[in-house]
Amino acid sequence: MLVLACGAIAREVLAVIELNGWTHVTVRCLPGKLHSTPAKIAPAVDAKLRELEGKYERVFVAYADCGTAGELDKVLDAHGVERLAGAHCYGFFAGNDAWLAMHDDEPATFYLTDFLARHFDSLVVKSLKLDLHPELKPQIFGNYKRLVYLAQTDDPALAERARKAADYLGVAFEQRRTGYGELLPSLQRFVDG
Amino acid sequence: MFHDTALFHDAEQPEAMSTDEVDLEALPDDELVAQMHDDLYDGLAAEILEGTNILLERNWGADKVLNEALVEGMRIVGIDFRDGILFVPEVLLAANAMKGGMAILRPLLAETGAERMGTVVIGTVKGDIHDIGKNLVGMMLEGAGFEVVDLGINNPVEAYLEALEEHKPDILGMSALLTTTMPYMKVVIQALEEKGIRDDQIVLVGGAPLNEEFGKAVGADAYCRDAAVAAETAQALVLARRAAAATAS
Repeated sequence: MLVLACGAIAREVLAVIELNGWTHVTVRCLPGKLHSTPAKIAPAVDAKLRELEGKYERVFVAYADCGTAGELDKVLDAHGVERLAGAHCYGFFAGNDAWLAMHDDEPATFYLTDFLARHFDSLVVKSLKLDLHPELKPQIFGNYKRLVYLAQTDDPALAERARKAADYLGVAFEQRRTGYGELLPSLQRFVDG
Repeated sequence: MFHDTALFHDAEQPEAMSTDEVDLEALPDDELVAQMHDDLYDGLAAEILEGTNILLERNWGADKVLNEALVEGMRIVGIDFRDGILFVPEVLLAANAMKGGMAILRPLLAETGAERMGTVVIGTVKGDIHDIGKNLVGMMLEGAGFEVVDLGINNPVEAYLEALEEHKPDILGMSALLTTTMPYMKVVIQALEEKGIRDDQIVLVGGAPLNEEFGKAVGADAYCRDAAVAAETAQALVLARRAAAATAS
């Protein structure tokens, strides 16, 4: 069995597999930075599934829609492969319904997961060149009012990074412990067949 | 939230080139305009201001400066953004440089009393606070001669209806960046249909996760993949509608 996962949730996928002792499940990952370029996700998944075709009895893709606006589903339908339910990782970690309620409550929310808290500086600040052009920060983030850190683990260092990210953006900070959310039951269903 | 955007890039881009060595005053018109395109591309606001003033001093009309130096330069930026050569930071720097030039030209354009191309009401849909694309579209529409009424972000259907009633625009533009919010465009268009005012204006939609198919599915007149296309589409559809009305009468 193969789980083809987004690199941005690789730690969590591996943790769930290790936790359950699923030694017969292989994990392959696509680069986590694809998280930030949704248009590249469906072609990358398609290419990897073609490359691995016939090598595994069953395959599961550990991506949500991830901003592909249905393009990933077209690829997965062609391969006959299923994925994580929902729009994105915030949804399946927080619980898709809970996330929608959270977003309805305050649309001006910036979300971090453990991965994004860990890489905020490189994936956000440097990638958007805010280190070189801090004057762009209000244009890019001026509408946000709060940052919600959806924590998969109890890691004070990551929580501190997330809090600093909120300070950097000049928004209110909230932390919600999600654990692995819907990732665990989704992988469980796949493994159980 | 940045999940649904293509804001980011993998590779470091070259830093803006310095044009310290270039004496803009010494350049003939065509080379100055080409240099301004380069400066806009590099987000050099001071150089754009200087170039704009030089062209005006050479008795260029404000509309000519706007179209040939600024709008055309921004169109090139838009193409490279679409093709993944430029990214959001570079586009914002270019847009900010263009805004400086437009600030000089705006009062001059108003003085000429030239007829506006039309009016556009534009806004990001309910639940969505992303406005970078919408703001770029607004700027390019203004450059194309439209009066732009910007409703801002997170607009419920009532806000659109109220603005349509007040401004009677030629075009309604809706923007969304999230796959979870883009279906709201359909809600707005259905409300227009229910009120019998859908055909009172052209409806354009745009945003990173949208595509042509989605635009048709929600009943928009056109999907615009970027700001330059939005401006071109707006002009073309308004002119076509006016021509059809003239023929009918």
